[in-house]
Amino acid sequence: MSKSVLVVGEVAGDGVAKATLECISEAKRAGDSVEAVLFGKGAKDAAAAAGKAGAGSVRYVEEAGYSLAQRAATVAGVISETSPGLVLMAANTYGKELAGVLAARLKAAYAAECTEVRFGDDGQPRAVRPMYAGKVLARTKLNGATSVATLRQNTVEVTNDGADASVSDLALAGSGDGVVLTDSSAGSSGGEVDLSEASVVVAGGRGLKEPENFKLIEELAAPLNAAIGATRMVVDAGWKDFHYQVGQTGKVVTPGLYIAVGISGAIQHLVGMQNSGCIVAINNDPGAPIFKVADYGIVADLFEATPKLAERLKN
Amino acid sequence: MKIIACVRQTPDTETIVKIADNKTSIKTDDIKYIIGPYDEYSLEAAVQIKDETNGEVTVLSMGPNRVPETLRACLARGANSAVHISTGDEEVDDALIVASALAAQVKNMGEYDVIFTSTKGSDSDRGAVGPMLAELLGLPYLGLVSDIQVADGKFACKRQVEGGLVESFTVSTPAVICLEQGCRGQARYPSLMQIMKAKKKKIETVDYATLGVDGGLAKVEVETLEYPPERPPGRIIDGDSLDAKLDELVRLLKEEAKVL
Repeated sequence: MSKSVLVVGEVAGDGVAKATLECISEAKRAGDSVEAVLFGKGAKDAAAAAGKAGAGSVRYVEEAGYSLAQRAATVAGVISETSPGLVLMAANTYGKELAGVLAARLKAAYAAECTEVRFGDDGQPRAVRPMYAGKVLARTKLNGATSVATLRQNTVEVTNDGADASVSDLALAGSGDGVVLTDSSAGSSGGEVDLSEASVVVAGGRGLKEPENFKLIEELAAPLNAAIGATRMVVDAGWKDFHYQVGQTGKVVTPGLYIAVGISGAIQHLVGMQNSGCIVAINNDPGAPIFKVADYGIVADLFEATPKLAERLKN
Repeated sequence: MKIIACVRQTPDTETIVKIADNKTSIKTDDIKYIIGPYDEYSLEAAVQIKDETNGEVTVLSMGPNRVPETLRACLARGANSAVHISTGDEEVDDALIVASALAAQVKNMGEYDVIFTSTKGSDSDRGAVGPMLAELLGLPYLGLVSDIQVADGKFACKRQVEGGLVESFTVSTPAVICLEQGCRGQARYPSLMQIMKAKKKKIETVDYATLGVDGGLAKVEVETLEYPPERPPGRIIDGDSLDAKLDELVRLLKEEAKVL
């Protein structure tokens, strides 16, 4: 059985997407050899960075638009050529849809949103994946010649000690289908940091009392370049839209620093953020469950404490 | 638009999940089951699009004997009909098996314009069935749509991707589209009248065994389930004043946690 990993990823901005670098780094820890396929505009220039993260060879696909059908056809071609033991991609928008399609096409085992992948001594991949929003961790064995997995963002280290990769270009295979990309532009939340990729998240809950008070969260997030999060109650009440929700029915986030303001800590919220690196909670109720998961707790009136903390972080 | 909405029955999100003695499954005795919270939103969108286009919605769900109660709730929320792929007493949780069974059943259901799925089941947290179903049916797929409108017999969809970009797509029918929560606002609760009406509707049952799904497709083997490591207890920061506490917090974040 081949302990080789094919990482499929994309460029973001001027370089390789961080989520893709995480996959390459994890692939290097998982098996013997790593090959990467990079999609996107500017993939050629970004290819060298994939080598630094641990890919022995990188194939880039300069892509004008985006077509899942064509990405799937292209990657399927590489798989039939190199027969990797594992195909790994990020559990982001692109990775999740490509992984599902490939797994069905190959009739392969598929482990989604993994936090760790490693080949076992028997040559079969093992994947650790949270279930029930992280209330349980499943250790799984992936059977078959080629398996597919997606890696949850922000859960593994990026390494940078790789050698120079051999870089070559790869043509986009297949043809488009009934899904046609017509526009790609900065959204209304333009300039805001993306929640699932953020290294710092500042989140607000019911304790803010009024929707207008959410500006306290924004003012604390600004000096930290943090993404903004919200509890289910805040979203259900219409203070913030769904994209901001952290928890079992929202996003699961794992930033290095999570600051919870006015959040009591319902289980539905905790499972969405309890794997963050460092958790700070500001709440006026010393009995709030959020303090059980917080590394540092400040028992105080948030309306007083939040602006003061923002002031300190500006300096 | 003739819509098939795939839903999954999942444990209530407030459930305390307990691992069973065999260490490879969870205890299901005390669990209250609900319609998957993400599926609630996709069903809401399906019903709204049905109303806008004078169409119909069939909900499709695979699972054990308890699933019809969830399908009944979907009918109350505005679905026209419901199909249960019954696995009897057994819980089947392999994504490719589920997608294969749904695909086999969809092929038996006649013409349709679109199949809606949602972000993920709140139990297995995969979000795999949508793209798998599309592949097995040979249909185009678009994932994680946060805004969907119907125009000229096609769908105009938007989604937010990592890095803050919004992508716009036109999707021709038939297709499989995965809808994000909130793509058509909050899921509405059914009225008493709708609940009463739903009680009279028939739920079609299809025996999973008759769909001819190859059991060998299940290639993900759960070796063990375990609880995540508990976070070490944190501390409440003491101080004579709020200012002193916050100064100490900033110091700890810089020097101890090293996150600033």
